[in-house]
Amino acid sequence: MRDVAILGVGQTRFGELWDRSFREIGIEAGLQALVDAKLSSQDLGAMYLGNMASGSLIDQEHIAPMILDYAGLASHHLGATRVEGGGASGALALHEGWLAVASGAHDFVVVGGAEKLTDVPDTEANRVVTGTADNEWEGVFGATLPALWAMVARRHMHDFGTTREQLARVAVHAHDMGSRNPNAHYRNKITLEAVLGASPVAEPLGILDCAPFSDGAAALVLGPLDRARKFTDTPIRLAASQVACDTMALHHRRDMTTLDSTVVAAKRAFDQARRVPADVRVAEIHDAYTISALVALEDLGFVDKGASGPAFAAGEFGPAGKLTVNTSGGLKSQGRPFGAVGVAQVVEIVRQLRGEAGDRQVAGATLGLSHDVGGTGATSVVHLMERVN
Amino acid sequence: MSIARFWRETPRRYNLGGCRCPTCRTVYFPPRSVCPVCVQHRKSIGRMEPFQLSGEGEVVSFTIVHDAAPGFEMQVPYVMAIVRAREGPQLTASVVDIAPKDVTIGLKVRATFRKLREEGKAGVIHYGYKFAPMDDTHRPPDRPSGGLPIPSGGAAKVASEAGR
Amino acid sequence: MKGNVGIVSYGAYVPRYRITPAEIGRVWGTDGAAMGAGLAVHRKSVPAPDEETITISTEALRTALIRGAIDPQEIGALYIGSESHPYAVKPSATVVAQAVGATPNLTAADFEFACKAGTAAIQTCLGLVGAEMIRYGVAIGSDTSQGAPGDALEYSASAGGAAFVIGRERVIARVRETLSYTTDTPDFWRREGQRYPSHSGRFTGEPAYFRHVTECAKRIMDRAGTTPKSYAHVVFHQPNGKFPQRVGKQLGFTDAQMKYGLVTPHIGNTYSGAALIGLANVLDHALAGESVLMVGYGSGAGSDAFDLEVTDELTRFDRSYGTPVQEFLDGGVEIPYSVYAKFRGKIHMGGEA
Repeated sequence: MRDVAILGVGQTRFGELWDRSFREIGIEAGLQALVDAKLSSQDLGAMYLGNMASGSLIDQEHIAPMILDYAGLASHHLGATRVEGGGASGALALHEGWLAVASGAHDFVVVGGAEKLTDVPDTEANRVVTGTADNEWEGVFGATLPALWAMVARRHMHDFGTTREQLARVAVHAHDMGSRNPNAHYRNKITLEAVLGASPVAEPLGILDCAPFSDGAAALVLGPLDRARKFTDTPIRLAASQVACDTMALHHRRDMTTLDSTVVAAKRAFDQARRVPADVRVAEIHDAYTISALVALEDLGFVDKGASGPAFAAGEFGPAGKLTVNTSGGLKSQGRPFGAVGVAQVVEIVRQLRGEAGDRQVAGATLGLSHDVGGTGATSVVHLMERVN
Repeated sequence: MSIARFWRETPRRYNLGGCRCPTCRTVYFPPRSVCPVCVQHRKSIGRMEPFQLSGEGEVVSFTIVHDAAPGFEMQVPYVMAIVRAREGPQLTASVVDIAPKDVTIGLKVRATFRKLREEGKAGVIHYGYKFAPMDDTHRPPDRPSGGLPIPSGGAAKVASEAGR
Repeated sequence: MKGNVGIVSYGAYVPRYRITPAEIGRVWGTDGAAMGAGLAVHRKSVPAPDEETITISTEALRTALIRGAIDPQEIGALYIGSESHPYAVKPSATVVAQAVGATPNLTAADFEFACKAGTAAIQTCLGLVGAEMIRYGVAIGSDTSQGAPGDALEYSASAGGAAFVIGRERVIARVRETLSYTTDTPDFWRREGQRYPSHSGRFTGEPAYFRHVTECAKRIMDRAGTTPKSYAHVVFHQPNGKFPQRVGKQLGFTDAQMKYGLVTPHIGNTYSGAALIGLANVLDHALAGESVLMVGYGSGAGSDAFDLEVTDELTRFDRSYGTPVQEFLDGGVEIPYSVYAKFRGKIHMGGEA
């Protein structure tokens, strides 16, 4: 297996993109990435598109060739594959793209993620999203995705003493970072009081503990590392790409306050990259709900099980911390177009490692991590990226 | 929700019919065709035994839902919980007949039969399990059938052998 | 009646919530407390949004089957009498049969005869069991009926049900006689598609309830060779607390005889469940050797009467499982009218056809 580099990145604004169609946003991100990589489209070998639920959300299946077509590439007859794993669809698409290049099957691939959640009413989007948990044995009985994560929060509070204030700090931090991101869905800063006082969704989670539904797309161009310098002065090596799965239903997990899929994917990723968590300076973690981020920090190995609340509140994962998380604003502030999230996380890490993150920049970051989750943890995907110089 | 897809599961949703692995004796709900514990030697395939849950359990975690799942709007605010059944498996269900503020981790509960949702005013009604607090009048009698009536045949035999 | 056929087990279920006539009156500008006193109804039960005739019937029957250690596969017939079946077409009985594990080897159907649908179901089971066509028959009377908002019926219409397993073995209350009195009398009705029933005011009294209950009671005592003094307990259908007490007195029964059978004052009128929940309360308190008279009534109109003898088997019957009827009568959680209206679907949510 040869080393793979990220040669180019692209991303649309995230938000309620009423005027933009799914095709438009998919193409915008993809072309941006190709331009950023200075790669001609005829050099592309394949395309991988992460998307959670286009059939339910825009009445359209078979979307990968559709994006290629509207990017003007139909006559090139590339292979294009849609990849789905709930909220982890984008990161899974990257995993497929990485495998294609690492194996030598293709030299240059484009990996995209795109989702439009706002073309259906919120109640419908909620229903669709519950389909990434176990619909037959969780959804049918009245559980929504936030309700499931709320139960994780309740148990985490019971077992470890985590407080609502500690959860709320995750959201405050997300907006603090997102306020500096021109692509973010929500660019306002929020206060702790606002988070604690927000309307309840599923207690203890309120509206501001939950990432919004957003439209958006992101894309990456991958190629072999040994040819990367032809395209970029700052090639970013994909040092690890790991996927791990677990039971579908939260109630079947070994331990409901731990995502074993994240633990295993992270361990495999650090082994693959021959690095350790302490080496990571910047990370994009899955903060779909405030509790998701705290649990992720523990499961990725950045803090002991149960200790994430106090550690986050003490600023250990903020701008002044040893590891700064979600400089993009995370899912909470940058937004949550499900299938695009995993790709956008990597776009941000690449910008950080290149030194192009503007006033979100974390100084001296050379190793970054991205972490994406499907449902309540039936899939976790961890990528490690490092600057090569 | 499709008619057939819901109808197919009524023995599980109405009666909490699970299964048990003949080799390692682990009880599962809903039933599975392959035992995750014994999967490597494949001895469980085609041999999983029907096993009726008693409906008794305790709350492992819960939440009070304000933003309802489709069909549950009239029940807001309602309690969702993960319940560990006495026999081992865990399941996700609503907790009823108790003020939401009184629900605690560790609350002992028993399965009841309630309406889950309707397919609108003209459509089919879906029923299934919800859990209510277990009180003294619902302590299982000293009989194998426990908290839910068990039909004769395989399920009853296996359940009556199960340790309590 | 031939043979040793009767009740083998029973169970009752009343939903948890209660509302008072005073609270109802408060919303409609009437003296609710006075209405309640006039009806002799102190509180009525209110089903939660996820409860209805099918779920109430299931809870009552599960209790009965577990108490009686009855294998549901031995049930040969299952009938549910109600005037609030959730479907106009598709029987409640099949859902309940599945929910207790009785399917597929049984016959089932839904009965309707206003408030006496449950007692009619008992008679049918007696016939099937007596003819040895089945081993056990199940008869359930269960309702979640409503009264139109602001109407007199709103003060009393409530929710609840009771299930009786009829058989030939381990009979705890043998049915010695059953007799019915049936006429075409339009005292109370609901047309297909209508949400609430209609009634003919004072006509529902003497020509309807009182005539049928009285005639039926006299005729069964005549056939059985008994008098009111023969019975330790009597249960009448009870649309309110006043009618049964009046008819009981007219027939010559005492307050003590009527005591356990009178449940409507505490939980409201559970329609098809009323007389049966009354009978369940009697059986919760009865002693072996006592005789019980039950006279149900259903508008439209008819009465079914039963002369029962409590047997020695009752001393071996385990009543420790399942909520005693007295707890349903004494307990419950009071709710305001706003919550009652929400629970009973009187608030229209958006998007309904």
